[in-house]
Amino acid sequence: MVVDPMILEGAIALVKIGILLGVVFTTVAYLTFMERRVSALIQDRLGPNRVGPMGLLQPLADGIKFMWKEEFIPASADRKLFAIAPALILVPALLIFAVIPVGGEVTIPAFTLFGLQIQETTTTLQIIDLNVGILYILGMTSIAVYGIALGGWSANNKFTLLGGIRSSAQMISYELSLGLSIVGILMLTGSLQMSKIVAAQDTFFEWFIFRQPLAFVIFVIAAFAENNRLPFDLVECEQELVGGYHTEYSSMRFSMFMISEYASMVAASALMATLFFGGWHMPFEDQVGPGLVTLYQVAGFLLKTGFFLFVYIWVRWSLPRFRYDQLMAIGWKVLLPLALLNVVITGIWMLV
Amino acid sequence: MIPVTYYLVLSAVLFLVGATGVLIRRNAIIVLMGIELMLNGANLSFVAFARQFGMVDGHIYVFLVITVAAAEVAIGLALVILLFRNRGTVNIDEVRSLRW
Amino acid sequence: MELYFFLFFAIVAVASSVAMILQRNPIYCVLLLIMVMISIAGLYLMLDAQFVAIIQIVVYAGAIMVLFLFVIMLLNLSREEGGVFRIQKPLAVLLAALLFLPVAAMVMSYAGGGTTPPADGGGAGFGEVEQIGTLLFTKYLLPVEIAAVLLLIAIVGAVVLTRKGTVSVGE
Repeated sequence: MVVDPMILEGAIALVKIGILLGVVFTTVAYLTFMERRVSALIQDRLGPNRVGPMGLLQPLADGIKFMWKEEFIPASADRKLFAIAPALILVPALLIFAVIPVGGEVTIPAFTLFGLQIQETTTTLQIIDLNVGILYILGMTSIAVYGIALGGWSANNKFTLLGGIRSSAQMISYELSLGLSIVGILMLTGSLQMSKIVAAQDTFFEWFIFRQPLAFVIFVIAAFAENNRLPFDLVECEQELVGGYHTEYSSMRFSMFMISEYASMVAASALMATLFFGGWHMPFEDQVGPGLVTLYQVAGFLLKTGFFLFVYIWVRWSLPRFRYDQLMAIGWKVLLPLALLNVVITGIWMLV
Repeated sequence: MIPVTYYLVLSAVLFLVGATGVLIRRNAIIVLMGIELMLNGANLSFVAFARQFGMVDGHIYVFLVITVAAAEVAIGLALVILLFRNRGTVNIDEVRSLRW
Repeated sequence: MELYFFLFFAIVAVASSVAMILQRNPIYCVLLLIMVMISIAGLYLMLDAQFVAIIQIVVYAGAIMVLFLFVIMLLNLSREEGGVFRIQKPLAVLLAALLFLPVAAMVMSYAGGGTTPPADGGGAGFGEVEQIGTLLFTKYLLPVEIAAVLLLIAIVGAVVLTRKGTVSVGE
């Protein structure tokens, strides 16, 4: 029996989603481990090294521990919102991955599975190539504000409320710079489609880091602020706010906040690689054999993403936190004018 | 494709629900939200007609309506905050004095 | 198939908008209105309006509604209680019912209502960014500029209005 092409397409999409989610969750789990080990390295300690070889099973132990903890809901909390807030922040963080291209086209050879004949098909290593890809990402990051704001509000605790309000103000402010910093790339590419942005950087010296260095700096700073990472983690800010918006959360709900924070870090790193470092394009692609080139490209993409994840951790354990007025001043008085300047410079450069 | 009337009926329903919300509620913020709902209902018919006639101009109007809505919300909420600061309430029926 | 999608989005939109105007807790009102916005964005996608759909999510759900949520949290508004104006509710329903007549007449008077739009839409690239951008900066340049000035006025106005100590209303 020959499989209908439409069903086959759907099945391939499902498989891609499954693989992607698996990779993202594994990365998130090991990112927490990496965070602890790298912080230990920076502070000249050892870090967790007891569970499994070199402590590699630590994320598993953490996960089991989270599941067995008591789920505590404060008596005065708004129970419904308290329950859905973690999901509201996790889902947009995961949805961002739908438009990120991990690699180029791959051809699946024809084969037979349980008596089903499957024809040769070509598919790209991207779940969906939206015409408005970049705007979709900005939309998802703006939806993520609700999870934090509602999580902070619903617990009915002044520390969490302060954390939630700080975060929504911070995320809205930095989203402007984030969006405007990408405009230069969009002008050079002439499209909002992620695959076209990657295609515009197919040779090494066309990578946007060389053509848009200022945009990259703005993008990185704004992305750090969007993810509430140090030096912009005023949302959590242990010394002032106990733990920020997730103070009252415990057990799996708390871990969902953590997972979404790390998942959006992974998404931001993948975006930095995609927008500025050539996406899955690598130098010396043509010297790799035809069978291995896709593997080389995907590995290169993962390596770039991994490097930015390391930068995230490195920055976190090296820099102190900003004051809240400094944070707002940087966002509105420095990054936003610089992003506008970048748009103007790009325009002039394109005309000349 | 779905007949354009379906979209028109839906947009009319949303518009009317929004209008009812504006009339029925006392909280100034919810009244503003009712106005947003009415604008959304109108936008839906713009987009439906744009598809019907194959003209993108309808999308431009939606674009402009969203811009105006953003401006309206900014000023409206500033007024609500001012009202709350001066009178301690945001209920529009309690703000009846023309001067004080 | 398409009809089921339409019905799904339409029912979600109408149900959440009705729940919104009946809900007493302002925070829930905001969330329900966001549900309406997102289902309308889904309908826009069905009408081949990708760009408008995503703008709806970025601007409406992502910025305007956050502003509402923010103000409600800041003012710490609780539930609404019965008002001073006793006959508001019946009067409101009556007025809305009156408004129903012209709106229904308008929908019914549209002659092309029964026809379905052409399946291929407005041709290739309909509703995509290129087409909208071209129109925005040629045919609709003046409205766009006016909208930009309007936004600037709104920003300045909002800042001036909410600045503490400088504006005195009846003090």
